[in-house]
Amino acid sequence: MGIIEVSDLSFFYGKFQALKNVTLSIEKQKITALIGPSGCGKTTFLRTLNRMNDLVEGACCQGQVLIDGLDIYQKGVDLLELRRKVGLVFQRPNPFPLSIFDNVTYGLRVHGVQDRDVIQERLRWSLESVRLWKELKDSLDRNALSLTGEQQQRLCIARLIAVEPEILLMDEPCSALDLFATEKIEDLMRELKKQYTIVIVTHNMQQAARVSDFTGYFLLGELVEFGETTQIFTAPTDRRTEDYITGRFG
Amino acid sequence: MTRLERKESLIRIALLVVAFSAVSVLVVITVFIIEEGTPIMVKYGFKKFLFNLDWFPSEESYGLLPMVIGSIMVTFGALVIGVPFGLACAVFLTEFSSKRLRRVIKPMIELLAGIPSVVYGFMGVVILVPFIRETLGGPGLSVLASSIILGIMILPTIISISVDSLEAVPPAYREGSIALGATRWQTTRMVMFPAARSGIIASIILGMGRAIGETMAVIMIAGNAIAIPRSLLDPVRTLTSNIALEMAYASGEHRQALFATGVILFVIIMILNTIANVTSKRRKA
Repeated sequence: MGIIEVSDLSFFYGKFQALKNVTLSIEKQKITALIGPSGCGKTTFLRTLNRMNDLVEGACCQGQVLIDGLDIYQKGVDLLELRRKVGLVFQRPNPFPLSIFDNVTYGLRVHGVQDRDVIQERLRWSLESVRLWKELKDSLDRNALSLTGEQQQRLCIARLIAVEPEILLMDEPCSALDLFATEKIEDLMRELKKQYTIVIVTHNMQQAARVSDFTGYFLLGELVEFGETTQIFTAPTDRRTEDYITGRFG
Repeated sequence: MTRLERKESLIRIALLVVAFSAVSVLVVITVFIIEEGTPIMVKYGFKKFLFNLDWFPSEESYGLLPMVIGSIMVTFGALVIGVPFGLACAVFLTEFSSKRLRRVIKPMIELLAGIPSVVYGFMGVVILVPFIRETLGGPGLSVLASSIILGIMILPTIISISVDSLEAVPPAYREGSIALGATRWQTTRMVMFPAARSGIIASIILGMGRAIGETMAVIMIAGNAIAIPRSLLDPVRTLTSNIALEMAYASGEHRQALFATGVILFVIIMILNTIANVTSKRRKA
């Protein structure tokens, strides 16, 4: 059984149905890519996995999402703990307008960690995991907004890693970055998957092919096909997937 | 030059004149007040003017200290009441209320700013002053009553500017914080407030300017006695009240002394506005 088990998930923004009976299983410590044209529901799907869609007024969700066997849509679920466990990296890097130190340790403070040694250790370890420690260890007081886009995105990932998540959700994490930076973030993802389960939404099919182990193709709120990346890109079983990945559509 | 271009430049000049005439009013007021007010300050000495306790215009004694302290006290009191309420309200509207509720409440708060100050004063005289007199003692006309009424009067300023600056914080900050498992309140306190800090400070300073400058409501409920209040229940006279109460019958040096009061007020408010402008500009940079 996968670390994330989704069955028959439908999602509505008011009357608009954004997801239609999605069922899939995501494996632990693999990278799963979700591809599809804009507005196909892939970002909505990603955000159902840590219930960020709860912030949208008038949204409603049916079906079941199990994470580590726990139904995250049942009553009484600890949302704060869920979001600690399932971190989200946004499309545009969104470090807080605070110092680098405050950004990385934000999650720790939020979750009540006060021990200075623990904070120092996690700070170093999370910045090391995203390969920022060497560059930034002497300028932790700098405002995070003064970093480059790539550094900011790494910092956002470090901010998640600091609270020891299990799953990293990435919503087009490279769309605001140039090619060179994209490549470096992809390298980082390959390293992170040794410890974390990564689900990435991407517009960029080459990126999905390059980094992911599994790929799902969304179209109009429906999960058309899901399988190993090599299979999806070489021998798709559904005609619509084939049209999309060969560039005839999308 | 074609006919159209000529027309364009004529319109440009006409608009320029209109725009400058608005600014020129400011210049005229400034020059006039300073010209009328400063000679007497120079004559009796600025220090004596500001720090003397006695205001007896008939005996050529022009000490503004009780009024300066009075103004500071009611303004401070207004902030003590208005700032926590105002910020709480702004946070509720931006972070905790539904969009629909915000659309109802925010215009109503802005409507508060449109109520004439004499109406606030009237409410104070009819409701608040008797209430204070009966429950806490003293004459009722007091620092406390003025602080409460002024605190309410500065709410719209504080709330609307704070709401605007909280709304101007990119939603990505809020989402990023929530996505890390922070509560709404943690998000507000640790991300939204620091991000909107300069706008919030500006709102407080502008509210302060409003409180210092308010005249009518304060005259009606402050009691206007020329003495430094010994408690919150004592009557008080502010700089603005001093001018408004005596201008009608003042002449000669007395009249000049009132203008000097105006100069002091003017300087205080200019300083506050400058601080507000500088802090809110820093946000954009």
